Amino acid sequence: MTPPPGSLLAAQELRKAYGPTVALDGAEFSIHPGEVVAVMGPSGSGKSTLLHCLAGIVPPDSGSITYNGRELATMSDAQRSALRRSEFGFVFQFGQLVPELTCVENVALPLRLNGTSRKEAERTALTWMERLEVDDLRKKRPGEVSGGQGQRVAVARALVTSPRMLFADEPTGALDSLNGERVMELLTDAARSTNAAVVLVTHEARVAAYSDREIVVRDGKSRDMERVV
Amino acid sequence: MSIGHTLLGLLESGPCHGYDLKRAFDEKFGHDRPLHYGQVYSTMSRLLKHGLVEVEGIEPGGGPERKRYAITEAGITDVQQWLATPEKPEPYLQSTLYTKVVLALLTRRNAADILDTQRAEHLRMMRILTDRKRKGDLADQLICDHALFHLEADLRWLELTAARLDKLAEVVVK
Ligand SMILES: Nc1ncnc2c1ncn2[C@@H]1O[C@H](COP(=O)(O)OP(=O)(O)OP(=O)(O)O)[C@@H](O)[C@H]1O
Ligand SMILES: [Mg+2]
Repeated sequence: MTPPPGSLLAAQELRKAYGPTVALDGAEFSIHPGEVVAVMGPSGSGKSTLLHCLAGIVPPDSGSITYNGRELATMSDAQRSALRRSEFGFVFQFGQLVPELTCVENVALPLRLNGTSRKEAERTALTWMERLEVDDLRKKRPGEVSGGQGQRVAVARALVTSPRMLFADEPTGALDSLNGERVMELLTDAARSTNAAVVLVTHEARVAAYSDREIVVRDGKSRDMERVV
Repeated sequence: MSIGHTLLGLLESGPCHGYDLKRAFDEKFGHDRPLHYGQVYSTMSRLLKHGLVEVEGIEPGGGPERKRYAITEAGITDVQQWLATPEKPEPYLQSTLYTKVVLALLTRRNAADILDTQRAEHLRMMRILTDRKRKGDLADQLICDHALFHLEADLRWLELTAARLDKLAEVVVK
């Protein structure tokens, strides 16, 4: 099994069960640099499990995942977490910001963890906060900003290391449609400008409409809609 | 959309030539479908016949495009009434998609495929509209949002129907 040519991340024949529950049942996936792919499908169909496997957070029971030509399963835990820290960015639905830190400290955190000096990290963090239109919140703590603002801060944090892959699981799930769309606009603009590939899990069609193409997951099986029509 | 009422409403801000009316219409409402000159003149002569507009002046040179129209009191009342009357919500009860799904079940074809293919087609349109919205002004955004919300409603129905296909099959294929 070889990944599709030119793909940055590709997965084949993924299977994952939690006890008797089959979460993934032969799912396939591939994404090119700069591409935004929506992962859609009903609740419980395996979307988040697919994202967690692709990002190397959860190991699949079987199947292969190749990132940039390397098989994830052959890497050590330390190598996989280094990869996640330096090349992947994550945005989830809720609660990813550290409440004790200010917004700019939150955005700077991934850089700090990679060993960047505080000054340098916060300078880069601020440019991303400007792009996401939340630089005026730099001194506030997550508890003092709205859901939509917090989510933009989280997007800035996910992008601050200029990751090649951005994983977003229902990034607008907790927002109203106006805020949700603004977050999607800023997120996809930012990702396109850095040529990052985005895996976007969503059950909302209006959010998926910001993607380049979609796959649909049903009962742990994926369907690439481009090959259908 | 009622072109007559729209042109009448545009005339309310001041007398205008047929050509300028067309331009104002196209600019504000005709994003995808500009009016034909013929439509403007046939509409204006109908409004004229009903006393909703009057010809304020005709410039030399002849031809209908030289006429300058003004709205009458009756015309203003007509616009007012049209604006105040709510539009009938579409009942959307004649769904071709529903028919296709039921027929697929009856003939033992794959109904889930029909729904998936339709979803992809809807999303394709939604992407085009989303892109246009991103690049457009506020008017574009509002017009595209209207279409996007309707398409989204269709998609939610597709999703729900996909989840109920087994049940529907039981009812349909007896
Ligand atoms: N950590 C876990 N332990 C046990 N079962 C799990 C776990 N994670 C997921 N599952 C099960 O695996 C299946 C797929 O779950 P998953 O979270 O991937 O669905 P999803 O498509 O993301 O759903 P949603 O749209 O509701 O977020 C479900 O049946 C779920 O209950
Ligand atoms: Mg999920």
